[in-house]
Amino acid sequence: MSKNEITIIIDGKECKTQEGEYILNVARANDIFIPAICYLTRCSPTLACRLCLVEADGKRVYACNAKAKEGMNVTTVSEEIMEERRAIMEVYDVNHPLQCGVCDQHGECELQNYTLELEVDSQSFAIRDTLRETKNWSSVLHYDAGLCIVCERCVTVCKDMIGDSAIKTGKRGGDAVDKAYKETAPKDAYAMWNKLQKSIIVPSNGTEHTNCSDCGECTAVCPVGALTERDFVYKANPWELKETPATCMHCSSGCQIYYETRFDSIDNTEEKIFRVKNEWNYVSLCGAGRFAYDFENRDAKKDPQALKDAVEAIKKAKTIRFNNMITNEEALMLQTLKEKFGVKLYNPYARAYQKFMEHYAKESGHNLYPNDYKEIMQECDFVISIGSKLRNDNPNARYAFNNVQKMNKGSALYFHPVGDKLIPTFGKTVETFEHNPGDEEAVLYLILDLFADKSKLPKAVVDYLSKFHETRKKTIKEKVMKDVVEKVVDKETGEEKEVKKKVPQMVEKEVEYDYNLLVERVGGDAENFNETFEKLNKKKTSYALIAGEDLYYHPNSDNIARLIALIEKCSDMKIVFVPPKGNSMGVSLICDLDDEAEGFTVGYNEPGDYRLSALGDGDIDMPAINQQEGTMVIMNKRVVPTNAALEYNGYELNDIMNELGVGKRLTIDWTEELPLEKGFQKVKFDDLPNHYLNDGTEVRGYELSSINSRAKGTNPRKIDDKTALKSADIAYRSNPQRQFNDFTDKAHQIFEKFALYASPERAKELGEKVEVTINDKCITLDVIEDDRMSGSIVEIPDFISSADVISLFGDSRYAKVTIKRV
Amino acid sequence: MSMEEFKDRNVGVQNYRMLDLEPNPETGMDKFKQVVKRSVKLELFTGLKVTFREMFNALFRGEMHTTKYPFEKLPISPRYRAIHEMKRLLESGHYRCIGCGLCEKICIANCIRMDTRYDENQRKEVSEYTINFGRCIFCGYCAEVCPELAIVHGGRYETASEQRASYSTFEDMLTPLDQLAQQSEYPGFGAVSADADEKIKKTPLAY
Repeated sequence: MSKNEITIIIDGKECKTQEGEYILNVARANDIFIPAICYLTRCSPTLACRLCLVEADGKRVYACNAKAKEGMNVTTVSEEIMEERRAIMEVYDVNHPLQCGVCDQHGECELQNYTLELEVDSQSFAIRDTLRETKNWSSVLHYDAGLCIVCERCVTVCKDMIGDSAIKTGKRGGDAVDKAYKETAPKDAYAMWNKLQKSIIVPSNGTEHTNCSDCGECTAVCPVGALTERDFVYKANPWELKETPATCMHCSSGCQIYYETRFDSIDNTEEKIFRVKNEWNYVSLCGAGRFAYDFENRDAKKDPQALKDAVEAIKKAKTIRFNNMITNEEALMLQTLKEKFGVKLYNPYARAYQKFMEHYAKESGHNLYPNDYKEIMQECDFVISIGSKLRNDNPNARYAFNNVQKMNKGSALYFHPVGDKLIPTFGKTVETFEHNPGDEEAVLYLILDLFADKSKLPKAVVDYLSKFHETRKKTIKEKVMKDVVEKVVDKETGEEKEVKKKVPQMVEKEVEYDYNLLVERVGGDAENFNETFEKLNKKKTSYALIAGEDLYYHPNSDNIARLIALIEKCSDMKIVFVPPKGNSMGVSLICDLDDEAEGFTVGYNEPGDYRLSALGDGDIDMPAINQQEGTMVIMNKRVVPTNAALEYNGYELNDIMNELGVGKRLTIDWTEELPLEKGFQKVKFDDLPNHYLNDGTEVRGYELSSINSRAKGTNPRKIDDKTALKSADIAYRSNPQRQFNDFTDKAHQIFEKFALYASPERAKELGEKVEVTINDKCITLDVIEDDRMSGSIVEIPDFISSADVISLFGDSRYAKVTIKRV
Repeated sequence: MSMEEFKDRNVGVQNYRMLDLEPNPETGMDKFKQVVKRSVKLELFTGLKVTFREMFNALFRGEMHTTKYPFEKLPISPRYRAIHEMKRLLESGHYRCIGCGLCEKICIANCIRMDTRYDENQRKEVSEYTINFGRCIFCGYCAEVCPELAIVHGGRYETASEQRASYSTFEDMLTPLDQLAQQSEYPGFGAVSADADEKIKKTPLAY
């Protein structure tokens, strides 16, 4: 996409921007106010509210969908514009229930704000009201149609960002607007009203309930109190909640969130988190981020004996086992323990990623992946996802994948062994491939074949790739126009005439074409792939590769790293990885992890002989993420801070460190000590910002710098035929959509169970309960049907650490299993 | 957003300030000097003059001012702000409070708290409501801010209690249902002005 710098003038102010940017975004970035309700920054303009009417070079345009052109002169306020806007707000106020007092949005309601801003103090329109019912769409979504102003922001965000497309506009059944208003009402207000009178929001599957990932983003973007979280309805008022800026640590996205706290109730004056808010114009949350917030370790107390025991346990420990739900500071403390006391650090969740990144750094010459997800959303129009169950692994990678389809008219290739019914619905040009688990090398070779510049590729690789091409013949049906002579009798004269006509006819024809064996191998339709790919690749200019977690667990992950480094070198593809859940990037950079645990093990939120736990069930309590300060490394390669939202009265890891004589005064004193040689900076915790600017700039912490070395660039090995798993029963280690760890499971609004997930057909075969044998170990699980899965591979979650599923699977994400009905 | 409050970790450190007072006399001589100073000035008799005058008026001229409280009570102004009352709707008898939380928010003594919930009729229900009269300073903001004229000040001004904290619950303050007929509008703080009908603009309704 072209990105030329241009200058436009808005209300006399010169604004620099890029070609193709919408006027509204330019104005917002330059602190010029244009009212708008229905527009969402990273989504397509809806044009429902029409408030953003401005004059550009004398013409009336809507700022949200008019693109800036060089030298454009924009006026945002004039008498006619204000009259139009005021009339629109009057229309929105028609029959809007006067129940601001009880509404959950009052105080932060855009309808209230704009009604006051545009000085609506009288009402000149009226219409008979329609009964609109309040509905609970799902276990978390509450829709009060009476309050809805049908700005369609929820519909837009669900389609353009989240990708579920779970809601749409439906019939309201209201009266038609009186034609007489056509004369008196301003044009836009009348048109908007006509539309408003016809629609409300309904689930798009035609039922009363939405079938979606329950991310709750629709409740966040709702400008009025129509869409709210069920749990929050009428519980508290927005303005009595205290905002604490924080970072969500469930997956590796590290979204910026605000915890909103208040005293619990009259009987219990302890602080409680009531909900989570986000800057929805710049960051979209998933269901775990929004609803899994009440995982705090509430009743922790300082018990000196427990502290003594903990110190003894750590002195005695041979291994500390932990997962990625820890901050960088805590990771650094653990690393210090390793250096001082020689304990082993065992973290199977981050180890595979760390090893993979070591290989990748050696081959590519830098220790971080070169691009980030924001770039993909802004620039790319062709994304390829490999090795990541996009729907479950990392919601933001999925949002980026979907957003490219919707906003950049993009195409996509999705490679994954587990069939997913949602991905193809992201766009018409999304092609999915279900390859055999372990065959990721073949996929990467195919990507090299399709996208790499052959002149840059090593000769050996070019030769190897050419071996996969065969010339084959196929018969195709072609439309041919044939001349046919018909005899027609003229009705009036009775004469017979001969008429020549051209009639289309299907003719079978044999053609030669290039047959790609790699496409066949990864489960694609090799016969028609050339045409499909041509269609996908039409007018595409910027490509991106999302490489996921399966690759880190691949038996030949070193070769995978080589292949990705080669793709990076020989094509102009943007490359991003999906780090495993939690602060895996931070842990893998800070800690020197070991492959195995041995001897007396101290588990931190993990199984062990002595347990430090933020879940309240360990031998000594630790603060949960919402109770402590610290930093984490997020997948956009930044080091971002998180603040404590709730009180914590127990000991922290730093207290144990102090007892051992290697501690600091506060946990956050460790922030400055993060290893500079890994790209961290010497910055105090209190100097780390955590917010967004009006133009969407992410002012959060600091950017991690990449450590460069000489790229080795070894030629990749050939595809290893032994790695592909071909078996009837394969299990995949993957969590349900809103579950990531024990903490999400503890939250009261997350209902996804620890069970075996299977496609509807497979679930029927399996029955209600099964016993799964993985690597000679048994686990009994309930079977839950996931109607968005397809194929025969089943998913086994690892979010409950005590079940220790990760050890069952060992070094792989896929395993051959035997499943027995119980 | 300002991050200042998150950076202040000195919880519990108070700011005490010494008052600029004359030092207390310590030696016997100083104490003696103070007594002499005060006696010679005859300050005592300035006060006693008023006392004797009033005593004379009360005893001999029949100008007694004392009200025999608690047997007698003076009428108080309708604008007086005493213990709160919760009003009911006259038609249905349902409490007027909608649970908007404005009184809770505006209360400068931070003595009002309420719990609300989503009830079975899809309405906001006030499940619990308390005022801590030990903290209440009777400023009247709650009555003024109330959009429903639900919380008002009554005339019961005896607020003495045995403990510092003295809570009243919703039920304590609500007009008893059997006295609904006697419930009167409150004319004081936050009441509707006499010319409200003329000032108000009507919303056009199409039915």
